[in-house]
Formats: sequence, C-alpha cells, structure tokens
Amino acid sequence: MVIFRKILKWGFIGLVLLFIYAPILLLTVYSFNEAETITDWGKFSWTHYEYFFNPENQPLPIVFQTICLALVVASLSTLLATVGAIGIFYSKRRVGTVLSGANQIPVINAEVVTAISLAFLFVAFQLPKSSFIPLIVGQMVLCTPFVVLSIIPKLKQMDNNLYEAALDLGASPTRALFSVVIPQISPGIVSGFMLAITLSLDDYIIAAYTKPNTFQTISTHIYSLAKGSTVEMIKSSYWALTAIIFVAIVVVVIVMNVLASKKAGKKQ
Amino acid sequence: MTTTKPRLRFSRKLLAIPYALFLLVFVVAPLFIIIYYAFTNGDTGKLSFENFQNFFSGTAGQSFFESSRFKTIVQSFGISIASTLLCLLIAYPVAYIIAHSGLKNQMGLLLLFIVPMWVNFVLRINALKELLSWIGIYNKSDEWNIFNTILGMVYDFLPFMILPIYTTISKIDKSYLEAARDLGAGGVSAFIKVTLPLSKAGIMSGISMVFLPSMTNYVVSNYMTFNHTKIIGAFIDECFRNDHWNLGSVTALLLLTLMFVITWLTGGFNTESDTQSRGTSLW
Repeated sequence: MVIFRKILKWGFIGLVLLFIYAPILLLTVYSFNEAETITDWGKFSWTHYEYFFNPENQPLPIVFQTICLALVVASLSTLLATVGAIGIFYSKRRVGTVLSGANQIPVINAEVVTAISLAFLFVAFQLPKSSFIPLIVGQMVLCTPFVVLSIIPKLKQMDNNLYEAALDLGASPTRALFSVVIPQISPGIVSGFMLAITLSLDDYIIAAYTKPNTFQTISTHIYSLAKGSTVEMIKSSYWALTAIIFVAIVVVVIVMNVLASKKAGKKQ
Repeated sequence: MTTTKPRLRFSRKLLAIPYALFLLVFVVAPLFIIIYYAFTNGDTGKLSFENFQNFFSGTAGQSFFESSRFKTIVQSFGISIASTLLCLLIAYPVAYIIAHSGLKNQMGLLLLFIVPMWVNFVLRINALKELLSWIGIYNKSDEWNIFNTILGMVYDFLPFMILPIYTTISKIDKSYLEAARDLGAGGVSAFIKVTLPLSKAGIMSGISMVFLPSMTNYVVSNYMTFNHTKIIGAFIDECFRNDHWNLGSVTALLLLTLMFVITWLTGGFNTESDTQSRGTSLW
C-alpha cells in the first residue's frame, strides 16, 4: 500500500515533468534534423545550427541585440529599483504604502493593458518611431517593480543598527549607504538584476507595442515568423537556439548545484 | 550636530522621489490616458459613453449576446477558468508532494519545474506548438483549438502556481498536523482541516498570477491556434492595431477593473506576504 502510494506520487511528478519538458526536448532532438518541419524526420544534420550561427542570417544579430537590450534595461531597472526601494523603506508608512501599491500595478496588471497604456503615453509625447526610449522605458516598467520586490525583503532583514553605528563612527550618510546598506541588500539587488534580465528577454507584448519599427527582439521576430509564410529555414533555425539555451541552462543549474553542495560539504 | 541629524534621515527618504516620479509618469498616468480614451468620443474628444454603448452593442443587426465580441468574452472567461483550475489541480499535488517528500534537496526538485521558464517565452510556446503538430492535434478544429489554448496557458503559467503554493505548504508547522492526527483526524480530514486552510494564501496568490494572464496573453492563444481562437487580449490588440483606440480603451478599462476585483479578492495588494509577486521567487 505504501509502495503503491509512492509510485502514484512520483508517477504524478514524473508526468508533470514530462509535460513541461516534452516540447523542449522534442525541439532539441529535431534541431538535428535535416528537414524543416517537425512532421518528417530526414537525416541527422547540423544545418539548423550552421544557419543560426551564420552572422549573415537574421537570427544571430537579433539574439545579440536582444541580449544588449536586456542588459541595458536590467541595469537601468536595478539602479532605479535599488534607489527606489531604499527610499520606500525609509519613507513614512503612508507614503511607503502608496508607493508599494503603485509598484504592484505593473506586476498584477494584464501585460497587454500595460502595453497599450504605454503606447498611448508615447504617442502623446510624440516621440519619433525610430526612438528606443519607449522600448527601454516600457521594459523598465515591466522589470523595475520585480527588482523592488526582491530588494525590499532584504532591507527588512537588515540590521538597522549598523547604519546608525556607521554614522556614529563618523561616516557620511552617503558613505554609510554605500558601505553598510548596499552590501547588506546586495543579494536582493543581484537576484533582482537577474530577474530583470529574464523578464526583458522573455517579453513579447511590451516590446511589440513600444519597439522601433525596424528593431526586432527574439520574441517579436519568432512571433512575426509564425504569422507569415516566411522561409521555413529561419523558423527551424530557432529550434537550434531553443536547444542551445536549454542545454546552457541545464549546465549552469548543474554546476551551481554541484558548487552549492561542495560548499555545504565543506561546512560540515 | 543636532541640526544635521534630522536632515540626514530626510535625505534617505528623498531617494524614493525618482522612483515615485517614474511610477507616476509611466504607470499611473498611462492608466488615466486609458480612462480618457474610454470616456471620450473619438472624433470630437468630448465626454461620452458612446464607447461603452459600442462595446455592449452587437454588430450588423445582431444583439450583443449573439455578437462575436460576446463570444470572445465568454471564451476568454472559459479558457481562463479552465486554465486556472487545471493549474491548481496539477500544481497543488506537485507542491504538496515536494513539501512532504522528506527530501533534503527540495529546492533542487522544485528547480526542475522552474528551469524551462528560463527559455524565452515565445520559443517555449513555439516548442509546444511543434509538439502539438507532431502529435497531430495542432489547429485541427475549433474544439481542439480551445483545448490547445488552455494547454498553452497551463504550460506557461504552471510554475507561477506551484511556487507560492509550495512556499505556504512548506511553512506549515508539522506539529499542527501531528496534533490533528493525535486528536483523531484521519489523513484526509487532517488535510482538509489543517493543510488546505493554511495554504489558502498560496492558492490565492497563484490564482491571481494565472487567472488574468490566461485571459489576456494573446501570444499563447494566437500561437496555439493559428489566430483562430480569440481572447480578450487579442481583441485589445486588434483594436489598437486597427486604430479603434476608444473601443480598445473601454476593454482595457474593464480588464483593469477586473484586475482590481481579483486583486482585492485574493489579497494581492497585501505586499507584506512574501508569497506575492509572481516571479520574484524564481530567483
């Protein structure tokens, strides 16, 4: 009976994991397929990878510019959020509540509503269509609240006496902020930054509404390919990208786990 | 010295100003533009309720309840409710099993459910689409399209349901369960009377993260059905692309209201609880 329950439990976990991983694994397998559609299996080949890594084709430059955008957006968001979170944390209760409430809006609002409202705003500003400001600001609206949310808990855990001690020992408030407060909340800042990168890389809807006409991110490009009857080779070359990202993530996770368990082992 | 100290405290508060301005200009003000467009006439810019009448009136001699817009709304709610329930039905047992597994490395197991989230969202949906066409159920019929949309939503939002539920279940003091068992409760009734109520916050937070996105994320529905199944998000997108800004704003405003209702019901504005905020727990 106990064994039966165990099988049922882990069988269920296995099934859910299968559902989560099956699509990506299928694409990984088919990224080595010669054919360009998923329904027929040709021969093993590297063609999709060759197409993908050829800088003259579209995918690689688009991947590059998407990463650049993510880095810019994540850096700006993290800066704004770090300053903002410290400010919110030290402001009066009522002010803090209002700001935290406003901070929640982009988090829980439907993305398409956020996107359309921003598009209206930028139309009102009459910015040129080639401007990157709407895209960068738009993604910052998406990312910054999450960075704030990952920093605030660290501020709450912080030992406030240390800041006072630094002041008593003669540090200027700015100095105390940089050498006492920031180091204590740095894990929150780092994880917020990483989260902002993934949010920016992932974003389709905000980018679709705010990007310059000629600019493409990975998301908008693949989506535009799905609509039209474009060359199949471009589409299937993104299978290669899916496989590469997936393998890279798996490697990073394994390495991190091994390092963490080594650390834990040393402590013991 | 005595005069500088209050000034110092004041200066830390001042740090909130840039972000407050940012929120005001780029988060709050845009919402007021939506309200403006929703309540004004497209041609004259005068205050009117015309857009609401337009929204709730049928097209080409049909009543509202026969119109394609009504179908879109009903379909969206149906898809959203089904996706949320399915997510809950899958996520709760997963979270429960992991939290009660007695494994040392529970985070590692949990990570397995999150790892795919780091693959780009459109790439992921694309992968699911390819899987469906490989199986042979992609864009087969209207019924399959709705099923596939729900599948896409569940595939995409499942981790957002698992994480908060896991967080709350793993925090439940095991001695409550032991006490319930000692007092004669069976496994099932201990679960219903102890674990379930104590994990309510996680369930609510999960629902708030899945319900609205699965009603509005038109990328999933368009992608999974080759643009055949329309949800409210797709309707807003269409309004915007075809320059029907007023109608789009009315729809956006209704969604905004819905968002506040859901958030109020699920306690999402309570930023104190750490299970809130979709995604922050991903890292």
